[in-house]
Amino acid sequence: MIRFEDVSVKFTRDDKTFTAVDKVTLEVKKGEFFGIVGSSGAGKSTLVRTVNLLQRPSSGKVFVNGEDITSLDGAALSNLRLKIGMIFQHFNLVKNATVYDNVAFALKASSTPKNEIPLRVLELLKIVGLSDKAKLYPSSLSGGQKQRVAIARALANNPEILLCDEATSALDPDNTKEVVQTLKNIKNSYPITILFITHQMEVAKSLFDKIAVMDHGKLVEVGSSYDIFARPTSNAAKNLINKSFDGVVPQEVLDHEHSLYLITFKEENAYEAVISEVSRRFTNIDLSIIAGNIEYIQQKPLGRLLISLRGNDKAQFDSVLTFLKEKAYVHEFKGVVANV
Amino acid sequence: MFNEILDSTLTILKNELWKAIYETAIMLGISFVLSLIFGSVLGFLLYLTSNKAFFQKPVLNKAVAGVINFIRSIPFIILVVFTLPLTFYIVGTKIGPVAASVPLSITATVFLARLIEISLKEVDPGVIEAALSTGARNSLIIRKVLLVEAAPGIVRGITVTFISLIGFSAMAGMVGGGGIGNLAVQYGYYRYETGIMIFTIIVLVLIVQTAQYIGDLVAKKLSH
Repeated sequence: MIRFEDVSVKFTRDDKTFTAVDKVTLEVKKGEFFGIVGSSGAGKSTLVRTVNLLQRPSSGKVFVNGEDITSLDGAALSNLRLKIGMIFQHFNLVKNATVYDNVAFALKASSTPKNEIPLRVLELLKIVGLSDKAKLYPSSLSGGQKQRVAIARALANNPEILLCDEATSALDPDNTKEVVQTLKNIKNSYPITILFITHQMEVAKSLFDKIAVMDHGKLVEVGSSYDIFARPTSNAAKNLINKSFDGVVPQEVLDHEHSLYLITFKEENAYEAVISEVSRRFTNIDLSIIAGNIEYIQQKPLGRLLISLRGNDKAQFDSVLTFLKEKAYVHEFKGVVANV
Repeated sequence: MFNEILDSTLTILKNELWKAIYETAIMLGISFVLSLIFGSVLGFLLYLTSNKAFFQKPVLNKAVAGVINFIRSIPFIILVVFTLPLTFYIVGTKIGPVAASVPLSITATVFLARLIEISLKEVDPGVIEAALSTGARNSLIIRKVLLVEAAPGIVRGITVTFISLIGFSAMAGMVGGGGIGNLAVQYGYYRYETGIMIFTIIVLVLIVQTAQYIGDLVAKKLSH
């Protein structure tokens, strides 16, 4: 559906060249709820903006539906954009126009016959649950409602693709849930491909089928959401996942614990008594549990423990790690929080 | 003493007021309408030619901006003299309210053009980007997004332009345009008719206040 081939985007300012996106090759299949995650400045927004050419790639090609769109302009570009809806972090609604007019704008863009517009606008507002807000102005809506208006506008012309650029990042948790739920409903009832950019792993967990991780403009990891969360391989992915323990583990604990490990149980071992076995077999090592949780990602349980290991017996310390690695995915949990 | 001043003031007003008001109305009317038309065109031109999302034309942009800056650097009273040949060419006379409207229109046009450009530049680029992402054509984006978002600012700019015009029209009056400002100078200043001076000031204050009130009201109606 969407294919990036060796796409780079470079910005030049004051004779300095900054590479925002660095040779990314990636494919998003039809009907996928695809997430691109990465910390801010990783280049993910820039990458997604090449799909509707809000940003032209400096090199490489972008294909939509098999068609190379990289050099489209004029009417051909307008036609492409009609098939691609987009929502933004700050909603970008016309604030001096009503909710109705904001949605109707997209229909006018596609030259929808005038007499069909009112019905279609109401239909769209119904999809996002805002039928009663048509006459209001954006300023009287909550953040979540504004984003839902933006979703209605993006869906107006029955796009095949919906691009979401940090669509929940400016929202509080309640409003985020509201928007996430709206997107899930839409995904369940329409055959639409969604490409969603975010740095919020909470959102990634609940929405995406597949995830691509970006770091410093490069694509560092691609996989199913479950795999990325269970066994991240790149440092960027590990960092992002460690961040989901932000606020769960107090800074004080992180400051004086030196050997923290995040253990993710493999599905089949989810209920095995791994921890008690460690304390029975390796008596020179103290293992304490700092935090833990079980989540469902793509309807599969994912159990994680944050543990601390202490002990001077170097040999046994290593065998504990070897033992744990047989039973679960283990990666060192360090300093990300301190960097924030 | 007071009655004497009142009497002479009323006599002068009876003879001169309607003519002065008529002349001011001509000057303001012509220059306000022309500056609305040309100022809007130039303001939009400045914005659209500087913006990558529309018709970026750096050379045209610089040229228009240069001309506007040139005119804006000339003090109004000198502009009046400077444009006399042009005025004569267009109107066929160098004196009277219609002739005074020529430099007034020029000044107000470039003034308003800049104010409109500023209002347009303040429109959130994200909103324009969102409009672009829907596949809308430029003409639709200009009408339904740019104009709607910038409308309150543009109305405030128009208000400020109108009020400046009142001040400039008084100046233009001194060089043959006539009008309320001229009344104040001719009688209030040269003939020591303090009553006339005070009266004209009150009239001008009322006009300005009304214009500001209406401008604020409309701007408020347009912004949400």
